[in-house]
Amino acid sequence: MQQDIQILFEKLHPLERKVLPLIKENNTPDKIVLASKLQEVEVIRALQWLENKKIITTKEELKEVVLLDNNGRTYSKIGLPEQRFLEAIKSSSQMTDEIKKFAKLDEAEYSVCIGLLRRKNAVTIKKEANNLQITITEEGKKVLEKQKYDYQFLRSLTAEERDIASLTLDETESMNELKQRKDIIRIELRKPKTISLTEIGKELSKMNFSVSITEKLTQEMLKNNSWKDAKFRRFDVEINVPKITGGKRHFENQAIEYVKQIWLDMGFKEMTGNYVHTAYQDLDMLFVPQDHPARTMQDTFYLGNKKIMHGRLPKDFKKIKYVHENGADTGSKGWRYKWSEEEASKILLRTHTTVLSALKLQQLKKQDLPAKFFTVGKVFRNEALDWKHLFEFYQIDGIVIDPNANFKHLKGYLREFFGKMGYPDVRIRPAHFPYTEPSVEVDVLHPVKKEWIELGGAGIFRPEVVIPLLGEDIPVLAWGLGTGRIVSSYYGITDIRDMYKNDLKQLREMKLWIK
Amino acid sequence: MPTIVLKKSVLEKVIGKKLPIDKLKDRISMLGTNLEKIESDEIHVEIFPNRPDLLSEQGFARAFSSFIGIKTGLREYKIKSSNCKVIVDKSVAMRPYTACAIVKNLKFNDERIREIIQMQEKLATTHGRKRKKSCYGIYPLQKINFPITYIAKDPKTIKFKPLGFKEDIPADKIEELHPTGKEYKQITESWTKYPFYIDCKGKVLSMLPYTNSDDLGKIDETTKDVFIECTGTDYQNVEIALNMFVTTLADMGGEIYSIEMIYPNKTSTTPNLNPSEMKIDINYVNKRLGLNLNEKEMIKYLASMGFGYKNGKALIPSYRADILHQVDLIEDIAIAYGYENLEEIIPKVATIAQEDEFEKFKKKIIYLLIGLNFLETNSYHLIPKTLQLNNMNIQSEVIPLVDPISIEYNTLRSWLLPSLLQILKENKHNEYPQNIFEIATVFLPDKQKATLVDEKQHLSIVLCNPEIDYTKIKQVIDYLLRMFSIEYTIKETAHPSFIPGRVAEVIVNKISLGFLGELHPTVLTNFTIDTPIAVCELDCNMLFELVSKNN
Repeated sequence: MQQDIQILFEKLHPLERKVLPLIKENNTPDKIVLASKLQEVEVIRALQWLENKKIITTKEELKEVVLLDNNGRTYSKIGLPEQRFLEAIKSSSQMTDEIKKFAKLDEAEYSVCIGLLRRKNAVTIKKEANNLQITITEEGKKVLEKQKYDYQFLRSLTAEERDIASLTLDETESMNELKQRKDIIRIELRKPKTISLTEIGKELSKMNFSVSITEKLTQEMLKNNSWKDAKFRRFDVEINVPKITGGKRHFENQAIEYVKQIWLDMGFKEMTGNYVHTAYQDLDMLFVPQDHPARTMQDTFYLGNKKIMHGRLPKDFKKIKYVHENGADTGSKGWRYKWSEEEASKILLRTHTTVLSALKLQQLKKQDLPAKFFTVGKVFRNEALDWKHLFEFYQIDGIVIDPNANFKHLKGYLREFFGKMGYPDVRIRPAHFPYTEPSVEVDVLHPVKKEWIELGGAGIFRPEVVIPLLGEDIPVLAWGLGTGRIVSSYYGITDIRDMYKNDLKQLREMKLWIK
Repeated sequence: MPTIVLKKSVLEKVIGKKLPIDKLKDRISMLGTNLEKIESDEIHVEIFPNRPDLLSEQGFARAFSSFIGIKTGLREYKIKSSNCKVIVDKSVAMRPYTACAIVKNLKFNDERIREIIQMQEKLATTHGRKRKKSCYGIYPLQKINFPITYIAKDPKTIKFKPLGFKEDIPADKIEELHPTGKEYKQITESWTKYPFYIDCKGKVLSMLPYTNSDDLGKIDETTKDVFIECTGTDYQNVEIALNMFVTTLADMGGEIYSIEMIYPNKTSTTPNLNPSEMKIDINYVNKRLGLNLNEKEMIKYLASMGFGYKNGKALIPSYRADILHQVDLIEDIAIAYGYENLEEIIPKVATIAQEDEFEKFKKKIIYLLIGLNFLETNSYHLIPKTLQLNNMNIQSEVIPLVDPISIEYNTLRSWLLPSLLQILKENKHNEYPQNIFEIATVFLPDKQKATLVDEKQHLSIVLCNPEIDYTKIKQVIDYLLRMFSIEYTIKETAHPSFIPGRVAEVIVNKISLGFLGELHPTVLTNFTIDTPIAVCELDCNMLFELVSKNN
């Protein structure tokens, strides 16, 4: 017990140390403010802390108090008007002007007094020439006696307001009399706090408050060794502290950084590239037929001022043209239509990062194989914004170019990637894309919701894609995966637009990408 | 992608078997169609665009019963001769290809009429590319008199009653009055004449690509025999469409009759339901799939996808539009084998990982700035033109989108700063200081580039709090460049977005890397921001080049 008291004592904040010893003598905050010479907010804070530590208890009781009002403040100094009036005629009767002068009454006060005193039969009035002569009656003398009590009561209020419950009978009578008159006294409700020490508080108060306790270890103390004699205040180490925040990566980019790390860990090289491409690069090189619905303006952002801009095709564009028209030397029948240079030269925002995979195939030489590449980047689709659709979002693309690669490896790479993302259950279903065959849709099982989530497409590039770009029919495993649903699920985002809202409070408070 | 609604009861009748719902769901997904939902008797299935032959219950059931092993292998269809003729006039150059057939002894009911109409619509949307490439008409045979002519005419000279109308109207009013005329008129923009199917009594069967006649082109429950025409701009497309129709109707119990198509210089007979052949190399199949199938097994898997096989060649049904290369057969073999039955293998192939150098460099900048308590933001590359020009007090050329989703996102940004200021505008209720940055792509017109657009990555840093001024941003830049050991000079400049005398360029080797400064109150007012802002915007690619050169 004694030890606890000692620790409690050492934990007292400097303000608490100032306030606590005063409580025995001063049981209200106001009194403590006066006695401590602290500011009111400091006292209130100290009392709050002491109460939290169960060192003091406070009680609030409703009570009525009486206090001086405007006129009352004046009258408490110079006396009530009728009192002054009667004083003026106490020893001999007087004329009106004399009374006004002696009693310091203005015309209005004077006429109120006359009316009041006549009603009480306190004065008699005799008309003389153009003047009035006023004489005090016996009754008037009694009234004057009584007035003195009222005056005393008023004076008793100059120092402080008074609890009505503490008034004497005479004072109560005076109060009732005065409160009917204009602006002399006021009655108000009070909820004062009274403070008392608990048992712990009483014990604590006995401690030696004159011992100096060090709040802060200073450089000075370290230099002059005074810390050796210092007694450091114990802090309440468990108390809540104000929140701080710091600089941070955008939460989506934290996740993207992790995604990149996974592919790097699996031995992939990173591909990067432009957002703006010709349709030739983004679509034709990937054997997307020119009348494919995805190429319309409803799905793809084309650039230009009202009319689509046209860029330049590479010199060897005919290799792509022929593959579309008749399959060229790929063993394919091709799409069997007339391929249009005009359509291919349209300029667009890339619709998938697969454009980078196609461009990469074109750069590779036989001695570079086997090779594995990935990219994570923004893609653009002409889609109206709503809670589950964005017009720009991240896509992950990967390719494995390996003469020995096969469909089972595709499943292996996808399984490995999603496993590292925290989604070990991966399923693939047949699907269709113009540039892969076989084509698959990739689903992962949400570990909590136990629902399959569609996360992208994959497959083996068609020979119609690979042969013109790489020069021979080597299997190229390829995938284009979304990140949005995994990332928003991790951060608890239900409206996908929050990814680009940049609410600074959200950016500051959002949890880290832990993986 | 089109979604079709199949009746579960009809499907079960066609395949002759009831399947537990879970098995049905699983098999539909693993066949290569996307099951959306099953609601009581209705199965909603999304059909991928490579398989238009699955757009009818009959076509779907045919593939499905093969897949689950009830009736596998190549289907054979008999064709009888009808001795009917269709004359193709040379005037139809705008839509030169057509193929026709007759199917007799059908029993239509509500359900089947619904199925045929659904197939016709979905097929015209996907396979027919919204009727541009091909479209199709079906007519009760008894109302038509052969020979029929396919001929282009001036629509002013023709009157007929389009589907759903009570009276004849002049054909040149179709685009004004008829719903399909309104919907598809962009197909015919350059036409002066339109192709018509007209019978030998001069009655209009249809006006292409819009509508059948209400008199001759409506099948109902009393219809037993039908005439089918497909027209379009690509012969194979038209022929496959016809094959999909006649095989569907034959699967309903009809008998197929051919028609003689008479062209100015040749004659042909349609439909042609002979399977096409494609060489299939079992080694190629096994290598691509990582399997070790023998020929017998391969034939079995081909059969469960409806293919035949003879002497190293796959026999492809006449209604399949998607087999361009043997890889297309390989996919079907994989589907038959079951994607779920393939092992997951990661081959032990040693390749060396390499993070992109520029990406690594950007990360170094990002972590320096985070150390200075900056928040990274992530904003759209598409922004309003007024935001990047008017709001910033500048005039410049920016790159617009042809068909933006809204004026909020109608241009590619040519600099980052407007996006970051927009962020601060929307964060006035949040705590200050608000110090943010972003590294992202900006787009500038450049005729030298093949895409006419130059892309650069910029770094923009924005300091916003009541105590901020030019000095604070200069300190940040100085820290950054010092850390990368870049020697630079700061040269005062003029820029309409900044307070005169508080804006400068960062110069390295006599080249400007970008600028820094304190924003002009007009700019702040344009963004309704009431706190001072100091910023910089630097060319990150150039910074990277300098750093790489130094090291």
